[in-house]
Amino acid sequence: MIELDGLTKRYGEKVAVDGLTCTVRPGIVTGFLGPNGAGKSTTMRMILGLDHPTAGDVRIDGSRYEQLTDPLTCVGALLDAKAMHGGRSAYNHLLCLAQSNGIPRARVGEVLETVGLMAVARQKAKGFSYGMSQRLGIAAALLGDPRILMFDEPVNGLDPEGIHWIRNLMRSLAAQGRTVFVSSHLMSEMAQTADHLIVIGQGRLLADTSMADFIRRHARSYVRVRSPQRERLLDALHEAGVTAVEAADGALEAEGDKAEQIGELAAGHGIVLHELSPRQASLEEAFMRLTAGSVEYHAQSAAAPGNWGADRQGGTA
Amino acid sequence: MTSDRVTQTLRSEWTKIRSVSSTGWTLSVAVVVTIGIGMLIAALTRNQYDSLPIQERLTFDPTFISFAGMTLGQLAMVVFGVLVVTNEYSTGMIRVSLAAVPRRGTFLFGKIAVAGALALLVGMVTSFATFFLGQAMLGPYRAGLGDPGVLRAVVGGGLYLTLIAVFSMGVATMLRSPLLSLGILMPFFFLISNILAAVDTTKKVGQYLPDQAGSRIMQAVPRPDDTPYGPWGGLGIMALWVIAALAGGYALLRHRDAQ
Ligand SMILES: Nc1ncnc2c1ncn2[C@@H]1O[C@H](COP(=O)(O)OP(=O)(O)OP(=O)(O)O)[C@@H](O)[C@H]1O
Ligand SMILES: [Mg+2]
Repeated sequence: MIELDGLTKRYGEKVAVDGLTCTVRPGIVTGFLGPNGAGKSTTMRMILGLDHPTAGDVRIDGSRYEQLTDPLTCVGALLDAKAMHGGRSAYNHLLCLAQSNGIPRARVGEVLETVGLMAVARQKAKGFSYGMSQRLGIAAALLGDPRILMFDEPVNGLDPEGIHWIRNLMRSLAAQGRTVFVSSHLMSEMAQTADHLIVIGQGRLLADTSMADFIRRHARSYVRVRSPQRERLLDALHEAGVTAVEAADGALEAEGDKAEQIGELAAGHGIVLHELSPRQASLEEAFMRLTAGSVEYHAQSAAAPGNWGADRQGGTA
Repeated sequence: MTSDRVTQTLRSEWTKIRSVSSTGWTLSVAVVVTIGIGMLIAALTRNQYDSLPIQERLTFDPTFISFAGMTLGQLAMVVFGVLVVTNEYSTGMIRVSLAAVPRRGTFLFGKIAVAGALALLVGMVTSFATFFLGQAMLGPYRAGLGDPGVLRAVVGGGLYLTLIAVFSMGVATMLRSPLLSLGILMPFFFLISNILAAVDTTKKVGQYLPDQAGSRIMQAVPRPDDTPYGPWGGLGIMALWVIAALAGGYALLRHRDAQ
């Protein structure tokens, strides 16, 4: 269990984390979401005692991180895959970590096997691809067989097989009763992995709730309908009490989860349908809605090539 | 439990230091350069002994001559000390290391104990080797290990190289960047110290610098000058510099975020 209590971090003027109070519980996967610069990595560094909080406190199963005996056997973390000496072999990288926490040498081979890096164990880490480094970082997190695992964007750089693997890994770690805390920007991935969500924006807590509840509260399901007889369809829907709005491409979006009802309605009225597709409320949509107000770093929508000069003034924010 | 933690940290730091190539090449350069230049200067001195002025012949110090390579060899020790510490920072490994060993004093002094012990071993081997090989080059003018002050000077040479390396580790812990650390330490040892020593008015200040004070111990034959400290006093002054650098490094490491 990880408990944050009024956790705050200021870098000069910049408030990176602002009074975070929440608990990451064992037995489930807790997703940690927030736009770029929201303070996720900073929070994780404070949990590991790497950055000193400006105010507030972090407790790991009741203790402060520095007080843990052999901390790698309590908390395993992957923060930055490339944070290792490139001239050292994967094996020696893990060996020095194991030795510092009294973890038996045999465990190094085991975790290398687990992450599939046995074949390159004696190679220098600087020759590793990002995904291989990521696997090595995951091996380091697993090394001490810890009760708490923390991953900062672990699927970055992994191939589809690797993504599938780490999803199952996190779910099985949680199923064993461990605490799993993971940040990611890949919403579809997160939706399949996490049971609970902690969402922050500009350092402040925006949501701390179950995945299902989060989506229900912040996103909507709708049915996308296209028909050559759009006006008639709209009237029919209106009569039946189904709210529908017109999408940009001329299709209709009918509120709710009512594909069957709409299909039958259209058949009843003899209306031809070209498309009838239910759209589930998604985590991505819920996330975008919730954090719309706290996104700091917006992209300009891409200007058409050649249009650059003319479009300069009109960039949308 | 505390001693467990210390042993574990030492073991881990030993694995770290032996598994990167910079350890091997910096220390080999230190050995080769110190011995090579020492032998060369000793051979040249032997050839020109007869043309030396009488003054110099009276205070002729064959031991010190064989240590002529220390001035350059110590720079490789500086690089060793700097890289041992800054490797952690330039690679980002520091965050992994401090997550594994969150007590920063244990981490820092564990690392410095291992790197310092290795520097001591290499420093002693270098000092004895450069002494014996240098004396062989000096032929009839050589000193023996049993002559007055010689054993002290040779052991002192090993200690000197060790302290140079540890001082560099302390400074590098404060500065974190390899380029900045080398950019300050190299000129400090190679230029500033020599420039200060060249001018009479600044000489008094210069003789309290770590390398000037520390190198006094490598003289087996006392010189008629007004240095206000003896061989061990000089090494003591150098040790104070080392302690100050380590204390500064520790204070900063404790209070800073790990990055
Ligand atoms: N060492 C530092 N010094 C100064 N500012 C920092 C430092 N570390 C982080 N910040 C600032 O704190 C804020 C939070 O950064 P952080 O890396 O925690 O965000 P994040 O949620 O992990 O973002 P991302 O999704 O892009 O990884 C950012 O504005 C960042 O610029
Ligand atoms: Mg981040």
